[in-house]
Amino acid sequence: MSTATAIKPAIPQRGKPWKPTPLQRLITVGIFALSVALSSAIVAMTPLKGKLAYAAVFFISFVTIDYLFARIKQGKSAGADSIFRGFVTMGIFIAVIPIVSILYSVIDRGYKGLHWSLFTTDMHSTPPNGPIGQGGLLHAIIGTVLLVLVALIISVPIGILTAIYMTEIKGRFTRPIKFLVQAMSGVPSIVAGLFILAAIVYPLTKTFNSFEGSLALAILMIPTIARTSEEILLLVPQDLRESGVALGGTQWRTVAQIVLPAARGGLVTAMILGIARVAGETAPIVLLTGGGDTKNWNIFNGPMGSLPFYIWKGFGAGTPESITRAWAGIMVLLGLVLALFIGARLLSNRKTK
Amino acid sequence: MTISDNTPGNDKEKDMETHTLPASLSGIVANAKQSKQHGGKALGVGLEARGIHAWFDEKHVLNNVSLDFWAGTVTALIGPSGCGKSTLIRTLNRMHEFIPGASMAGEVLLDGKDIYASGTDVTKIRLKVGMVFQKPNPFPSMTIAENVLAGLKLAQIKVENKDDLLQECLERAGLWAEVKDRLNAHGGSLSGGQQQRLCIARALAVRPEVLLMDEPCSALDPGSTLKVEETISHLSSSMTIIIVTHNMQQAARVSDYTAFFLSDGGPGEMVELGPTSEIFSRPKDTRTENYVTGRFG
Repeated sequence: MSTATAIKPAIPQRGKPWKPTPLQRLITVGIFALSVALSSAIVAMTPLKGKLAYAAVFFISFVTIDYLFARIKQGKSAGADSIFRGFVTMGIFIAVIPIVSILYSVIDRGYKGLHWSLFTTDMHSTPPNGPIGQGGLLHAIIGTVLLVLVALIISVPIGILTAIYMTEIKGRFTRPIKFLVQAMSGVPSIVAGLFILAAIVYPLTKTFNSFEGSLALAILMIPTIARTSEEILLLVPQDLRESGVALGGTQWRTVAQIVLPAARGGLVTAMILGIARVAGETAPIVLLTGGGDTKNWNIFNGPMGSLPFYIWKGFGAGTPESITRAWAGIMVLLGLVLALFIGARLLSNRKTK
Repeated sequence: MTISDNTPGNDKEKDMETHTLPASLSGIVANAKQSKQHGGKALGVGLEARGIHAWFDEKHVLNNVSLDFWAGTVTALIGPSGCGKSTLIRTLNRMHEFIPGASMAGEVLLDGKDIYASGTDVTKIRLKVGMVFQKPNPFPSMTIAENVLAGLKLAQIKVENKDDLLQECLERAGLWAEVKDRLNAHGGSLSGGQQQRLCIARALAVRPEVLLMDEPCSALDPGSTLKVEETISHLSSSMTIIIVTHNMQQAARVSDYTAFFLSDGGPGEMVELGPTSEIFSRPKDTRTENYVTGRFG
């Protein structure tokens, strides 16, 4: 309107021509609505019953209508594309539904058991049928954090050094070690617990403490960390190793100063996966830690509570209060693992950014 | 497999510790001293390859290559792919041995001493014979400044004034003006050509006598290539530079000597060595002529 804009060459209307047009969106919504209607009609008219029937009929009719539409309007390959798209979308839903469902059940039942004193008190003076507001799981949080932390301190060096042996040194034992690590990642947790029981508790210590639990967790953690770290180290370009060596570095210094820092983000992921592998492990903990109800900071002495143990015990006691407490415990355990993940991510991003 | 020490050329060449020139080379050097464009002159032998053979497992890839690389000059190694150029330069700083199944025969003399002699400290050799790779590969976890000084940390060299060294290396690599305000940015934030000059600066920081460059510009655009070539010209007055290149114009632009390699299906051999101007204007071997005039390769 002003003279200034009149002189400038006109800038054409911006757009995103690759996005679906309103008409196409409307058609998609139409197909969706048609499928919903069709599925409820078919379920109502035939002996099919239940949510699964709705979902299955809906899926079949949606894919069929979408396919026919694409086939008629755009041709054969577009039709095949729409079928593929339908199955991929179904795959996503099948993968996500259990996760959402678990989260929903945990929150739905757990929130009733949540209160602030959960994080400030322990259970030593609360009976299984005591009121919800009484007692807490501080001892279990302390226990889980200590158990996982000690297991992590043991496994990270061993796991990463194993990975370094397999990727950098490539010695004569690489193949057998690789095989062993793979086999070990399938060890059932109860076996790890029984091994520590037989190898350490009965012949040596003769008491239960959380360090023994951490040892059992470390057995489960090491293969996860070693395998993931190996994959990560294999991704570090060979060029970087050669550059390090060409600059006069020894192999050890090249690995320590160039290869490991280059893989840092991935190594943190390896640690996270290791934590995820063991944070909820119950069997070795039930076997080895003694499962106390009081706060215990000493990993070498006295029974140590933990969240999985707390949950296991809560369901075992069977009173409505203790079951609610157990659900709250699951919620806290999920939150704790999530917090560990986020913490590790932040730690690894801090310097790479 | 074990390599017998009796490779051709090996025994003869051992008598040459005094660096008298082989007859075939003395003429070349005389010519080269006249043909040098940028005022530098040959400062003596920087690196000598004596009867180098190389194998990968059972495959013989390099057959009896002997040539001298003169300090203060740039030697270009040209030839079609698979003729053993890269293998040769990797034998010159003992990077060849990193490839599983690799073996070799012959001697590489640095300051008159065989770098393959037993008891040699390999890391010291690689400090004196630096290398720049085909693809720019700054260390991803380090800043620009840390990248340049990485060699000091790797080789545990103490330096009085790191800032001066940093500036000097970046200036010699022709990168200082572009990065002086962002030395703490990540190496990966530079463009490809800048990254390659950063890698050159990194190689210079440990003060090598010889710089090996394995197709340093093949991943770069023409503008960056020009800058790297300028850098090579500046550096060549003070060190021995050996560059593998597929780009014959580049060899003609930057090098004082050119060696032409060829493989006729068997192991690669050096067909001809001479001052660059001669190799490109009146090569002695018809195969060289066919290659440099673009008839094959």
